[in-house]
Amino acid sequence: MSAPESVLVVGASAAGLATAESLRRKGFQGTLTVLGAERHLPYDRPPLSKQVLSGAWPPERIQLRGRDELDALDAEFVLGDPAVSLDAATRTVSAASGWTRRTDVVVLATGIRPRPFPGAEGLRGVHVLRTLEDAVALRGELAAAARVVVVGDGVLGSEIAATARGLGVAVTLVGRQATPMASQLGPRAAGLLGRTHSEHGVRLLIGASVERVTSRRGRVCGVRLGTGEVLAADVVVVAIGSVPVTDWLEDSGLVLDNGVVCDSRCRATAEGIYAVGDVARWHHEGIGAMLRLENRTNATEQAGAVAGNILGEDRPYTPVPYFWTDQFNAKIQVHGTLAADADVEIVEGSESDRRFVALYRNGGRPTGVLGWNMPKQTRLHRQALVDAADHSLTLPR
Amino acid sequence: MKITVDEVKCCGAGQCVLIAPEVFDQRDEDGIVILLDAAPAAEQHAAVREAASVCPAAAIHLGEEA
Repeated sequence: MSAPESVLVVGASAAGLATAESLRRKGFQGTLTVLGAERHLPYDRPPLSKQVLSGAWPPERIQLRGRDELDALDAEFVLGDPAVSLDAATRTVSAASGWTRRTDVVVLATGIRPRPFPGAEGLRGVHVLRTLEDAVALRGELAAAARVVVVGDGVLGSEIAATARGLGVAVTLVGRQATPMASQLGPRAAGLLGRTHSEHGVRLLIGASVERVTSRRGRVCGVRLGTGEVLAADVVVVAIGSVPVTDWLEDSGLVLDNGVVCDSRCRATAEGIYAVGDVARWHHEGIGAMLRLENRTNATEQAGAVAGNILGEDRPYTPVPYFWTDQFNAKIQVHGTLAADADVEIVEGSESDRRFVALYRNGGRPTGVLGWNMPKQTRLHRQALVDAADHSLTLPR
Repeated sequence: MKITVDEVKCCGAGQCVLIAPEVFDQRDEDGIVILLDAAPAAEQHAAVREAASVCPAAAIHLGEEA
């Protein structure tokens, strides 16, 4: 395909912005449009559950680029207007306001939205955390709350529990796993994370399910567990995972299956349409499987690959997955994947000092590196994963 | 090109060091960015621009020569 004259990026968060920037950096001189559902200029989400929720940073600090940098991009930003339909054959996108654009290339970067807790929608005091407004609203309620229950023990739930506890609120973290983030960190490091939460006064309810949220006159008052136990709460935070924002694509003709299904070049199942970031489920040739990553660095890395492929590079996207989380005094970083049955070796520092790097191996081959308060050393050990010819990655879970 | 870094925003991912190791490093103790060369030579500019764009904390800012 010859170089396109126009590109429309649907989604104005990290992945959408990075795609636009990468296109320009690689020399694209055509018309560039970014359509965003939120009214804000592109902002960063990882601080929402940490520095913004705690109040350490004012909300404007998370804006990803200044006005001058966005002006230099020479892109039209259409904000506060969610996309509502795509005609894949003509690459025509329509938005809620009636705005419509036909373009040579469409990049889908609509991200994810929180999975709601059935029956809890619309109750005052029940929160999810995805947008800036979500974070500001939750922060406002935490200031006055005595008891908070966080439902969900993944990365987001664990971070929210830590931040809320740091504000002095009594926090209970309810999760199905044996310890928070067990599926992301494996049993050993997740065990250490669980002890960290307990030491800081978070009450952990492990292996527990929430049957329903209880309410009085439209306001949440607690959660009822599968065991029948009732936990009283002024505020309930629901962090039970996310769903890719693809409902607006249902009549597009694209193949959707837990995200926008893409080939190894991040091309969706129609000519001239790509997907990037949280919403993209693509074929990782190094692993030999379909993958969808909800990681901050994946948004920008994949954007580079998508921009290159739009401009004819024709290269597969084969990243070493990476994420980090900051909870209490623990800065945890993970490269690759940490299988529950992996052999774990501490290669630097020590667990007792809460400062170490662990190398994870399956069948003798390095599959992941976990760092605990040792960011630089962790990055250096990442090379072991790159050196393994096919990354030697195993699928999460 | 004139580079500035925001140490408070930096999350220590080290992406900048992977892309432009002659311009960026990380502190041994906490992984926060160290700017090795605030005004790098022209052959580094493409890598520095990529590093600034992919930085997951938007902690690298580029300006023109003062």
